[in-house]
Amino acid sequence: MELLVASAVGVLTAGGLYLILRLRTFPVILGMSLLTYAVNVFLFSSGRLTVGAPPILRDDATVYTDPLPQALVLTAIVISFGMTAVVVMIALGAYLGSDDDHVDDLPGPDADENAEGGT
Amino acid sequence: MTHWIIAPVVLPALLAPFIVLAARYHIGIQRVFSVAGVLALIAISAGLAWQASDGSVILYQLSDWAAPFGIVLVGDRLSTAMLLLTAVLALFVLLFAIGSDWDSRGRHFHALFQFQMMGIMGAFLTGDLFNLFVFFEVLLIASYGLMIHAGGNARLKAGVQYVLFNLIASSLFLFALGSIYAETGTLNMADLANRVALIGPEETVGIRIAAVLLILVFAVKAAIVPLHFWLPSSYAEACAPVAALFAIMTKIGAYAIIRVYTMIFPPELEVTAGLHDVWLLPAALLSLAIGMLGVLAAQKLDRLVAYSVIGSMGMVMVSIALFTPTGIAAAIYYIIHSTLAGAALFLIADLVRTGRGNLDLTAQPAMAGTALTSALFFIGAIAMAGLPPLSGFLGKLLVLDAGYDTDLMVWIWAIVLGSSLISIVGFARAGSVLFWKAHSVHTPEPEEDAAPRPSPAALSYVATGGLVALLAAHTVFAGQVHGYSEKIAAQLFAPAPYIATVVETPGKLSDPTTKTEEH
Repeated sequence: MELLVASAVGVLTAGGLYLILRLRTFPVILGMSLLTYAVNVFLFSSGRLTVGAPPILRDDATVYTDPLPQALVLTAIVISFGMTAVVVMIALGAYLGSDDDHVDDLPGPDADENAEGGT
Repeated sequence: MTHWIIAPVVLPALLAPFIVLAARYHIGIQRVFSVAGVLALIAISAGLAWQASDGSVILYQLSDWAAPFGIVLVGDRLSTAMLLLTAVLALFVLLFAIGSDWDSRGRHFHALFQFQMMGIMGAFLTGDLFNLFVFFEVLLIASYGLMIHAGGNARLKAGVQYVLFNLIASSLFLFALGSIYAETGTLNMADLANRVALIGPEETVGIRIAAVLLILVFAVKAAIVPLHFWLPSSYAEACAPVAALFAIMTKIGAYAIIRVYTMIFPPELEVTAGLHDVWLLPAALLSLAIGMLGVLAAQKLDRLVAYSVIGSMGMVMVSIALFTPTGIAAAIYYIIHSTLAGAALFLIADLVRTGRGNLDLTAQPAMAGTALTSALFFIGAIAMAGLPPLSGFLGKLLVLDAGYDTDLMVWIWAIVLGSSLISIVGFARAGSVLFWKAHSVHTPEPEEDAAPRPSPAALSYVATGGLVALLAAHTVFAGQVHGYSEKIAAQLFAPAPYIATVVETPGKLSDPTTKTEEH
């Protein structure tokens, strides 16, 4: 199981990084999501891997799994959902405004007109 | 147990939804509540700073849960001083936003501003690494909204870069937290300090990786070269009050490095030896050099200011990377200076934009309100470039003094002094092109129906002048401020009372039997 979890983290991270390096908004956002999944699996495993053990202390339980990483993962999932929604909205706005989905374009010479106008 | 320490987090958190829900169509009411909220924050922060100034550590256990199990907020000299700096900066930024009307050019400026304050205050107060992550996300998600405030394609483009860069940094932060938890089984800073010290020198791999990942994350926040690429375009494209508020955001990275690497991974610790002097110090020197070269190379005023922020962060990090009490004291003095100077320069850049319509560093006809704007720019540039008599010069002297005894003294002195010269040239060039050469350019005949360019509003000048006045005060009271930052550094290098307060204060525990015994 250690092999499975470790390779899952590795493959997700590699795929995520590859997509991020494509530098176009849609692949980059997908890559960010993959990276987030990798982080979540990694966090989940940081409390040591145990099979079939409850995360709650009970009188009849002899082994139990660490509950804290699960709480951390829950928080991280919620935050990453929110962040993905924000980045999708901003990327969509940028794409619709400039008809170009490259991430790394520097603002052109007409940047000032946009920067000044508040409408 | 005093409840005041959680007020800087709760007050903006309640104010922001109130502004969205009750006052969303009334910009006047929003302004009143926003300014009142920030004034209250100043009062609360000042109270907390006064309470912590005698060296005591203020502890707040949420729901009364004891430290390693529950979440704690901790206020010591450093965090309360940073709170006060943030609140004071926020007041002037808010006044400028109101005066220049930036806050009504997009929706929800004041609500996002309050959420931003909540995140920053929480990041300074938290005593737990995971909550540091959560507060980072709170302040980041508010900053994404503020960053693209008022819209425009260039701003959205820069916003996408800014958001993505920070999201990757957040993922890295979670990886770091996972490794730390796997190695030690706790994320409470004080508890971590105890447990990391127990790790033997032969089991260093995991904790070393965690420490390096963590410093990478904070270096992204602090925009240390080579992790600074997000800063120039995002700060230059953000509207002026937002960029000025962001001047404190890079300092959160510096604060986190000071906090974590004096308490959890102190320089004398064997497991993480070499991290500060071998890696952090050269990176800091590089940021200083590249930032100031950027000042010289910039084609527009807002980029110039953004690069000067990178340069001044480099200066802060140089003295932090020494990790001596004198170094940290110098860093804290310089952090206050560079926050105020950076924010003032962003606001001045906006005054220039209002006066002449663009920020290109080319000679153009004289603009509206030249006299006052140029005077402010002159003072701001002197402060940022570190010329006497302002606080930048004193801060630089302190950094040089702190670097005097080290092995890399030649490098530190050469780069600090050389980059100062470059930045002086850069600022002098910008100032002369913007304000002097205006007189040598032929003024075109004004068209009959062309409206004259509006002068910036009086309140904008008040806000900018207020920041400049604070810089002057920072210079006049340099002795007292530096004395206090030495006390802060002394407290940081003797973390035993902090750790004892956090770990040993009783509270509800997860074990129900001990709870009944206590009652």
